[in-house]
Amino acid sequence: MTTNRKQDIILAGVGGQGILSIAFVIDSAALKEGYNIKQAEVHGMAQRGGAVQSHLRLSKDRIYSDLIPRGEADLILSVEPLEALRYLDFLRPGGKLITSSAPFINIPDYPDRETLIEQVRRVPGSVVIDSEALAKEAGTSKAQNTVMLGAAAKDLVVSQDGLREFIRVLFAPRGEKILESNLKAFELGRRAAL
Amino acid sequence: MTKEILLGDEAVALGAVHAGLTAGYSYPGTPASEIMEYLIRAARTAGTFVAAWSVNEKTAFEEALGVSFAGRRALVSMKHVGLNVAADPFMSAALTGVGGGFVVVVADDPSMHSSQNEQDSRFYAQFAQIPCFEPADHQEAYDMTREAFDLSERMNIPVMLRLVTRLSHSRAGVETGEARPQNGLKYGDRQCWTLLPMNARAQFKRVLELQLELVKISEGSRFNTLELNAADRSLGVIASGIAHNYVLENVREGAKKPSVLKVATYPIPEALVRKLVAHVDTVLVAEEGFPLIERSLKGLFGIPGKTLIGKLSGHIPPAGELSPESVRAALGMKPLERQAPSEFKPAGRPPQLCLGCPHADTFKALNKALEGFTKSNVFSDIGCYTLGYFPPYNAINTCVCMGASVGMAKGAAEAGVFPAVAVIGDSTFGHSGITALLSAAASHTNMIAIVLDNCTVAMTGGQPTFASGDRLLKIIEGVGVPKDHIRVITPLPKFHEQNVRIMKEEIEHSGLSVIVAARECLEETRKKNKRK
Ligand SMILES: Cc1ncc(C[n+]2csc(CCOP(=O)(O)OP(=O)(O)O)c2C)c(N)n1
Ligand code: SF4
Repeated sequence: MTTNRKQDIILAGVGGQGILSIAFVIDSAALKEGYNIKQAEVHGMAQRGGAVQSHLRLSKDRIYSDLIPRGEADLILSVEPLEALRYLDFLRPGGKLITSSAPFINIPDYPDRETLIEQVRRVPGSVVIDSEALAKEAGTSKAQNTVMLGAAAKDLVVSQDGLREFIRVLFAPRGEKILESNLKAFELGRRAAL
Repeated sequence: MTKEILLGDEAVALGAVHAGLTAGYSYPGTPASEIMEYLIRAARTAGTFVAAWSVNEKTAFEEALGVSFAGRRALVSMKHVGLNVAADPFMSAALTGVGGGFVVVVADDPSMHSSQNEQDSRFYAQFAQIPCFEPADHQEAYDMTREAFDLSERMNIPVMLRLVTRLSHSRAGVETGEARPQNGLKYGDRQCWTLLPMNARAQFKRVLELQLELVKISEGSRFNTLELNAADRSLGVIASGIAHNYVLENVREGAKKPSVLKVATYPIPEALVRKLVAHVDTVLVAEEGFPLIERSLKGLFGIPGKTLIGKLSGHIPPAGELSPESVRAALGMKPLERQAPSEFKPAGRPPQLCLGCPHADTFKALNKALEGFTKSNVFSDIGCYTLGYFPPYNAINTCVCMGASVGMAKGAAEAGVFPAVAVIGDSTFGHSGITALLSAAASHTNMIAIVLDNCTVAMTGGQPTFASGDRLLKIIEGVGVPKDHIRVITPLPKFHEQNVRIMKEEIEHSGLSVIVAARECLEETRKKNKRK
């Protein structure tokens, strides 16, 4: 947990990878901890396997723009390595990039995996997480988004307990087993990023 | 007061419920769909009002108008192009006036994130001479919706609420108030509602005479704010809707603060504009959409002695949505520092058909059946199947507006194109394809219409469809398509050969054929399984 008055986060991924679930957990925790929030999302056409992103703004002060200005993002959190590189010009100097290394290949010109990870590593302070392996370890490959949320936990302005609370709210209705896997996925992601 | 996190669309829906809504109607369309989705969920729990999808926007509009005629509050919501479809009742509803408050919510999609064109619905409000509210944030979306109902009832006129994608699809906390009870039943006056020329002339006169008062009301609205900087008169900004957020985002820490007029209501609050213009040397107009305010300020001759900048002057890009950066540049501020950019250009990732989508199998069969013909004879429509434009299918050549495929195929056939093929989804067919097919049936046009019945409105998120299954077949037969030439196929790889054969047979048939490709959308199947 960091202790700033504001935090601007770009969540990136491919339609269907669950970035809005990550956004829900961070938002809800932030609201409970006294932050104002704005969260711009992509609905519609791009959700059919296209590139999607969400602008998440948390602040103790008033938030004006729904979109994060280029140069203000404190963090890019991506569940897919190619998508991680799409929004670099939003990052402020000293901002952080945390991404999964698991590619989602649904285009013919998808770059070579090594080249891609090499590009990510060139971004100062970037963190690469094998969310695929960790999600499997947690019990479901579907929990990669929760692994990535865990990986970002220590860099967020909201508390980790707050995040856990809303992981429960989100996944409890889907059954005990899914909830347990997601809580475990969060812990595995968190530890991998320490 | 309670605070909830809501989408902009949802804030409007909740505002309507709290304003005493009796019924809301809509046809799906990004970015407006979530208004009705919220209303339907809310109606299910509350059980005190009606919320329903309609077959198209014109029908939705007319259903809502009927509610208003009955003295009760009604909402109709749609995406920008939906208002083109509903433009006929929209223009005349200004003349009939309203019984119960009548709010028309239109969500514009600048940058065409999920649309075939850009439009600015404020021009429609101006065209019909009705008031329009343009919220800048979620709280305003909620508050303005409530106020729009009151104003509509008080002034006896429909009120437009104009949204844009970035507000519709952004979430923020909203403080909500006490719910107001619904209106009782009260029938409309037949003289106002029967637009025979003699009545319509009187009603139109009433609308014209209302205009001065509407300007006054707009000038007095608490949603318009004017902040004059007495120390620095160089720059003044007129910012409407969410453009105001981008202005404040940028000048928040800046030492040099311009004077700022926020415009949130229309007709344009003229007195406030005059005050701002008188105060400064240069006026920047920032508005999402087309330059409505800027153009009216510029007129033919500009403002003598002042510099006017905005979209018309090229200071703000004329196409696409605004951004914090584009407004920053127009304010004359340096770009923010960013992390050193990488030279790596990530490959684009356009949307595409899901793996195993029924449309894919239909396109594969169609491509095969059309081998040997020039391929530029497939007229398509709007839906998931428009993605058949992309490789590996490259299967379609047009996409213009809902229903255009059938009419265009007919026209092309009559111009000599052979074979002329229309490809249209079940919801789009129900929306605007039926009348075009009726026309083709009446003319015995030599063409083929392929209706893709995937049992849902897939592109916009899986809303219910009306012209599907058995009813679809009955409609096709009912408009006069010969029974022998209504063929049903199942778009699955194992039926590929058979499907190609059926398509070829219908190509050879000289006359009108309809092929229904029936298989449920995978997303829909997945959703159903989840519910089980
Ligand atoms: C006038 C108008 N209203 C709404 C839309 C939004 N819209 C785009 S595609 C679509 C319907 C798609 O349904 P369908 O034809 O059944 O095809 P599917 O996506 O299911 O393949 C809608 C409502 C639009 N583009 N124009
Ligand atoms: S959502 Fe349904 S119709 Fe659309 S691409 Fe996927 S399977 Fe096909």
